[in-house]
Amino acid sequence: MNATSTTRTGATRAESWDDLVTAALLGTDRRPRADAAPGREAPLALLDAAAVATVRRRAGLRPARAARRPEPAPEDPRPALPAAAAHRLATLLADRSAGAGGGRRGSAPDLTELLPQWLAAAVAHGYAAPAQLLPSLLDAARGRTDLRPAALAFAGPRALWLARLNADWRFALRAAPGGGAALPGPEDAEAVHRLWQEGLFAERVALLGALRTRAPVRARELLASTWPQERAEDRLMFLDAMRAGLSVEDEPFLERALGDRSRNVRATAAELLSALAGSALAARMAVRAAVCVALDRTQRTPAIVVEPPLECDSSMERDGVVATPPAGRGERSWWLGQLVEATPLGTWSERLGGRTARQIVALPVTDGWQDELHAAWCRAAMRQRDAEWSRALLGAPSAPEAGGPGAVSLAERAKLLAALDPAQRAAWVAGFIATHGLSEAFQLLGVCAVPWAAPLGRSVVDALNIARDAGSYPWSFSGVMGLAERCLDPAETARLEALLAIPDEREDAAPGAGGYWAEAFQRLVTTLRLRAAMADELAPPASTRAPAPVEASAQPPDAAG
Amino acid sequence: MTEQGVRWTAEQVLALAPDAASRKAGSKLGTAGPWSGTGSGEGTVWGLCKGSGSRPYQTVVDLAGPAYKCSCPSRKFPCKHALGLLLLWADGGGSVPVSAEPPDWAGQWLEGRRERGESKPGRDEGSSAAGPADPQAARRRAERRAERVTAGATELEQRLADLLRGGLASAEQAGYGVWDETAARMVDAQAPGLAARVRELGTIPASGAGWPGRLLEECALLHLLDRGWLRRDRLPEALAATVRSRLGLPAAADGPPVRDRWLVLAQYDTVDAKLTTRRVWLHGVSSGATRLLLSYGAAGRAPELSLPVGLALDAELSGHPGAGRHRAGLGERFGPPAPAAFRPPGMPTARATARYGEALRDDPWLDAVPVTLERVIPVPDGETWQLADADADSALPLTRAARSRPGLWRLVALSGGAPVTVFGECGHRGFTPLTAWAAAADEAVPLC
Repeated sequence: MNATSTTRTGATRAESWDDLVTAALLGTDRRPRADAAPGREAPLALLDAAAVATVRRRAGLRPARAARRPEPAPEDPRPALPAAAAHRLATLLADRSAGAGGGRRGSAPDLTELLPQWLAAAVAHGYAAPAQLLPSLLDAARGRTDLRPAALAFAGPRALWLARLNADWRFALRAAPGGGAALPGPEDAEAVHRLWQEGLFAERVALLGALRTRAPVRARELLASTWPQERAEDRLMFLDAMRAGLSVEDEPFLERALGDRSRNVRATAAELLSALAGSALAARMAVRAAVCVALDRTQRTPAIVVEPPLECDSSMERDGVVATPPAGRGERSWWLGQLVEATPLGTWSERLGGRTARQIVALPVTDGWQDELHAAWCRAAMRQRDAEWSRALLGAPSAPEAGGPGAVSLAERAKLLAALDPAQRAAWVAGFIATHGLSEAFQLLGVCAVPWAAPLGRSVVDALNIARDAGSYPWSFSGVMGLAERCLDPAETARLEALLAIPDEREDAAPGAGGYWAEAFQRLVTTLRLRAAMADELAPPASTRAPAPVEASAQPPDAAG
Repeated sequence: MTEQGVRWTAEQVLALAPDAASRKAGSKLGTAGPWSGTGSGEGTVWGLCKGSGSRPYQTVVDLAGPAYKCSCPSRKFPCKHALGLLLLWADGGGSVPVSAEPPDWAGQWLEGRRERGESKPGRDEGSSAAGPADPQAARRRAERRAERVTAGATELEQRLADLLRGGLASAEQAGYGVWDETAARMVDAQAPGLAARVRELGTIPASGAGWPGRLLEECALLHLLDRGWLRRDRLPEALAATVRSRLGLPAAADGPPVRDRWLVLAQYDTVDAKLTTRRVWLHGVSSGATRLLLSYGAAGRAPELSLPVGLALDAELSGHPGAGRHRAGLGERFGPPAPAAFRPPGMPTARATARYGEALRDDPWLDAVPVTLERVIPVPDGETWQLADADADSALPLTRAARSRPGLWRLVALSGGAPVTVFGECGHRGFTPLTAWAAAADEAVPLC
């Protein structure tokens, strides 16, 4: 196998190895050997010679010439992981590679689910990944796209170096996170220019993204310098990178992009401009939308009356309005939605009698236009990240329509929540759970900051407790239970211990449910302790090594000998 | 040494797991939740693990060994409870306190082990015989076996001659069945070494380009082995012992015991339908010797001997007979394996191939020798990889097996294009890396 890459010496003078192989292939009956010793059978003489040649060839093996060496991986200046944290990571990754494993989850923590959190914490601490774990990390990131940003940020420059050598990891080059150490900093103008001119597409996207977060104007100038020469799909990706750090200074560039040859580029430029409340496009959209939405003063109680556009003219199209609706939607409501969505929310107060967002949302809407209008406002609030309108559209968490079908779906509520600050978000979801229980809360919990704020955590645990008392099986709540394992503050552990005992079985309860609940809570507690230990291991050496109090008292009451 | 100092790492514990499922199950139990009554001391760890039943399982590990006992019904060895307990202990988070006295249930087992002397076993197969009861009968048995082996070797010579007479080209058409039958005849002849080599021969015609050359090589070496057996009375004693061991005749590890701190360089298993073979490479910190321990497990069961890479074991080893061979038997152990910040001294690639050539003098059937390469860089070379000297223009190609293992990428990642130290097996097929050390760290990174 290595005959080509290893130099061999010592072929006999009389008979080369190739001669022996040829003789053996043909057989001594067909090719008698001339020099066979007298009295020795020809095949055995051939084997004798081959044995000598084989051992001689092997004994004479010498190293091959070295192939061209790869450039060494760039330095990773970050400090090394503390040893305990490195072992923890190895365990988390080993658990992943051991396969998902079916069946009931039992009371042991699901380590795979803790990996994202571990990675996020390690990135936040600024540690370098242990080199020998990079292949496992890359494999993990390959299998789970949600892990990629954190895994690649943690894996650092050496992972990108590895990815160039292994086709399985090419995704890492495409998804290289902004600010990766392999990218030149904004101050290195020459390197930036060269990479922009000569880099692969993925490298250019990464460069633009990184530059945009640190020097937005420079990034825009760089993009503008080559804009006309870029391919349409590249222009779209580059334009998308402008989302970060968007400001009024970008408006002239984006206005020019409204005249782009590609419709997708035009639409993205329009979307970016409409997110800039002061932009000319936003003002034009506001004028159009204002024609369609007005206060009806003829009623005794004020209401909003809606008159959707009659046509989609070329100037609307130029501003990014898509003329043709998707199947099943009316043209006029389709256009209306786009106009309202792109209109700065600040214009509505003046247009609708000086009311606040909350008052406007409370106004009745005539002729069944409420759902359409409120949905468009939701999209506008998300696009413009307007906390006041988000709060108004969310309404009170305890309102009956918050839990059921209404103008604003749960998915939209989840997105609106993202515009609120973390404490308000947690408080709203806590209120929602207190009124509506857990069955609809999953999506909303997903947007809350981790670890959950105390009131939110308490409302989730209370709701789980209520669900247990209601006698159903815990796997009806496995989604929320899984979230709680990852998101509940480990400080809540003590409050949970009362739930670990197996309750007396009630007559109307599902058979055995109490035991399963105890097991689920046991897993929750164990996972929280593990998370506390993980956080402790990741703490920088200076501030640590008081033994973790959570771990020290880690005797579950039912297992005490 | 403090108690903290002798803890193993999680990787070292997980390396003991008999399979991936046990690894997963064990790592789930490596948290304080299900455990109570845990403790450790004097090279032992114990604890109670809450399972599905009402009584917790009693788990105890003797780190010298390591040996395990658990009251669970699992047939896995070690079971997930033992792994979980060791992980918890390795974690060092205070969940397994140091305690002077083990509880009764653990103490009894440990006591029993020590009384039977099992924590210092010389239980290597073949060496267990404390001398046959009837030397006369034993000699007759040995003579009968030698006759059968001679008959087998003679028959095999005949078959090889027939093959060469008709030509290797016919071997390609003949298929595997012929070889299988011949291998079975060698098993009957009580020459397992010959049987294994014959089975190998059968796989070569399907092994891709260049097979005739490889088949001739292996036929020639097999012929050499036959001839060696048939003329063993004329060979130097050491070479005759090598021939006997290549044929698979049992021999006790009867060399003089060498006490040393033996660093565990590598441990890996090869599995076939009937047997799991575990190879453990050890390096004597003072003696500088490299030795191989073999242990076996029946199909589906991991061999009992398990030594985590990177630990060092204070123990006596005795060599098996046979010149140029590294195999040894484990004798008395003087304590549990403990972490060692030590790496074996290495050599450049040219010295490694020379070392292989020299070893062939004593054992021409040797496929590879254990070597540590110093300052080498893994370099891609077309479809394959090589280890190139950092300071010279020469390199060793990796074996086909090594190229397809995930350990290759661990090695490449560890190096990052910079020189590393690599322990592995170097031979005519190329180099198989087994363990590596980064330039700046003493941590041994297993690659197999």
